[in-house]
Amino acid sequence: MSKQGRDAGRVELTGLSKRFGGFTAVRPTDLTIPEGSFFALLGASGCGKTTTLRMIAGLEAPSTGRVLIGGQDVTGLPPHKRPVNTVFQSYALFPHLSVADNVAFGLRRKGRKDVAQPVKEMLELVELGHLGGRKPAQLSGGQQQRVAVARALINHPQVLLLDEPLGALDLKLRRQMQLELKRIQTEVGITFVHVTHDQEEAMTMADTIAVMNGGVIEQLGSPTELYESPKTAFVANFLGQSNMLPAAVLGRQGDDLALDVHGVRMTLPASRAVPGSSGSSRIVMGIRPEKITLGKAEPDDAHRNMLRGIVSEASFIGVSTEYRVRIAEGSELVVFSQNRDDERPRVGDEVVLHWNPRHGFGLDAGQDLDAGTGEDAL
Amino acid sequence: MLKWLRHNLVVFAGLGTLVYMLAPNVVVFVFSFNDPVGRYNYEWAEFSDKAWTDPCGVAGMCDSLTLSFKIAILATLCATVLGTLIAFALARYRFRARGLVNSLIFLPMAMPEIVMAASIAMLFLSMGMDAGFTTILIAHITFCVSFVVTAVKSRVIGMDPALEEAARDLYASPIQVFLRVTLPLAAPGIAAGAMLAFALSFDDFIITNFNAGPDTVTFPMYVWGAAQRGTPPQINVIGSAMLVIAVLVVVAGQIVGRRNRAKA
Ligand SMILES: Nc1ncnc2c1ncn2[C@@H]1O[C@H](COP(=O)(O)OP(=O)(O)OP(=O)(O)O)[C@@H](O)[C@H]1O
Ligand SMILES: [Mg+2]
Repeated sequence: MSKQGRDAGRVELTGLSKRFGGFTAVRPTDLTIPEGSFFALLGASGCGKTTTLRMIAGLEAPSTGRVLIGGQDVTGLPPHKRPVNTVFQSYALFPHLSVADNVAFGLRRKGRKDVAQPVKEMLELVELGHLGGRKPAQLSGGQQQRVAVARALINHPQVLLLDEPLGALDLKLRRQMQLELKRIQTEVGITFVHVTHDQEEAMTMADTIAVMNGGVIEQLGSPTELYESPKTAFVANFLGQSNMLPAAVLGRQGDDLALDVHGVRMTLPASRAVPGSSGSSRIVMGIRPEKITLGKAEPDDAHRNMLRGIVSEASFIGVSTEYRVRIAEGSELVVFSQNRDDERPRVGDEVVLHWNPRHGFGLDAGQDLDAGTGEDAL
Repeated sequence: MLKWLRHNLVVFAGLGTLVYMLAPNVVVFVFSFNDPVGRYNYEWAEFSDKAWTDPCGVAGMCDSLTLSFKIAILATLCATVLGTLIAFALARYRFRARGLVNSLIFLPMAMPEIVMAASIAMLFLSMGMDAGFTTILIAHITFCVSFVVTAVKSRVIGMDPALEEAARDLYASPIQVFLRVTLPLAAPGIAAGAMLAFALSFDDFIITNFNAGPDTVTFPMYVWGAAQRGTPPQINVIGSAMLVIAVLVVVAGQIVGRRNRAKA
């Protein structure tokens, strides 16, 4: 039903918020999801992802703000009048209807009579062509999930909303369904808004990710952008691991900031620091564990940031080894090192850590550096 | 031998229980073919199919049967509609008198029947209503509603709210959501409540007896009255026929259910 042409699948949220009694589940949010994109809403449990999605679907009335779909204001429309469909976290398949009738449900409500052919085609798209006669209870979890997708997609919504659709599946099936969903999205070209708390899932599937925390979107960007240049400690920790080094800003040298980290001089491109933080005297420099080179000797390139430390822990993971290196009293860095060399550092060895300054990122000093780590998120 | 016996102990126990429960029915069935000497049908005289070929041969019996059916059907209809509505209200909405309504609904099931019978009769008396068809019907609806509400409510509470949201999301208007999703999902509970209501209304004696008029003799009342004057074998016929019909309904339900499952 993409009648408005090119931007029918664009979703715009302006000042959208939701309060439950005295509790604010979603703070006022402005967000534009472009037409045809695979958009992921990523965040820890209870941060307001489902609530945001339900407001787009019309299942929850926003406290403030507006929802626009394809440029049309749908804030006041009930769910059955909105050009969106939802894949629910629990699938919510109708237990009293067969798989085919489940898939045909939306078309029938819109008054279509000749549903047999589209239902058959849709079931084939999700590779369930032979199971149309079964009841949902007779399907495996993965099959139910695909019926839920088919039931929503057959209506050609302008936007498809998916609320943790893979949450109930085991890891292997999950990876497989991620690829499948991505394939389907590419094939039909509909805007997908995908809610998940699995950062790996969001990064493999989405073009754009919005990281939510406590009812606020902390950062929006492509997976690489979020991973390489996080703007907050939460984003840095939630998407993979990060080392956080509190530093004093010594001054500016051309395009770089000169920093003092545990008494060692380092540099960070000013453009890699969060705007505003570079002006203050304290900053937090982040560096991903796999960006750090671990060696015995100092690097030839004097421009690299360098620290000395003692290996306190080494865990062999297979493709790589995870080291913990003590660089100062009470301060450890995590380093991932590919297992290429025969001779690997052992616990107690004195080592040199160095990395390209461009791989660091600068964050505001005044925040909880553990936000978004495992202990915090769950 | 002993070992075999031990292995099949459960089977024997089950069969024994079944015999214990069915024996009276068998006796009733056998004696429906009796041609009794005198007014009472307690001693076997000789075989006859008179009672089966002429079940309405006894004065007043089939009238009472018709009356019982009429009341049971009407009471079931009213109680099912009312009870379903109340069940949805109790399960879905928080209103001020919710707790009170909940306990009031439970009361008829917990109260001794004789107390309820007397209080309802007293109410009609003080209202100046003549005992008869209407009073019996109202009394029956009163206690049937409780059972319907209980059956439907548990079903509605157990329903996943996401199902109705999914229907709304799939372009179903509120009425369509109710007809296409809510009602079919609640149907087993409604059916169970309706069947219970029918059975309870059909064979109720105490409450009916308190609220019946001289012209409204229901089937249970007729049987009770007949037992004092004599028991024609036609009563056995009706009893046996009802048992057979009930068993057939259950068997048919099972077969349909199994076929549905096999087809799907
Ligand atoms: N109907 C409601 N009434 C009151 N509070 C609610 C309601 N729905 C959600 N909340 C609260 O709003 C917050 C956000 O809920 P939401 O379901 O959007 O979280 P989520 O990000 O989807 O989490 P999860 O990953 O666990 O599904 C939670 O703290 C939740 O307790
Ligand atoms: Mg959720």
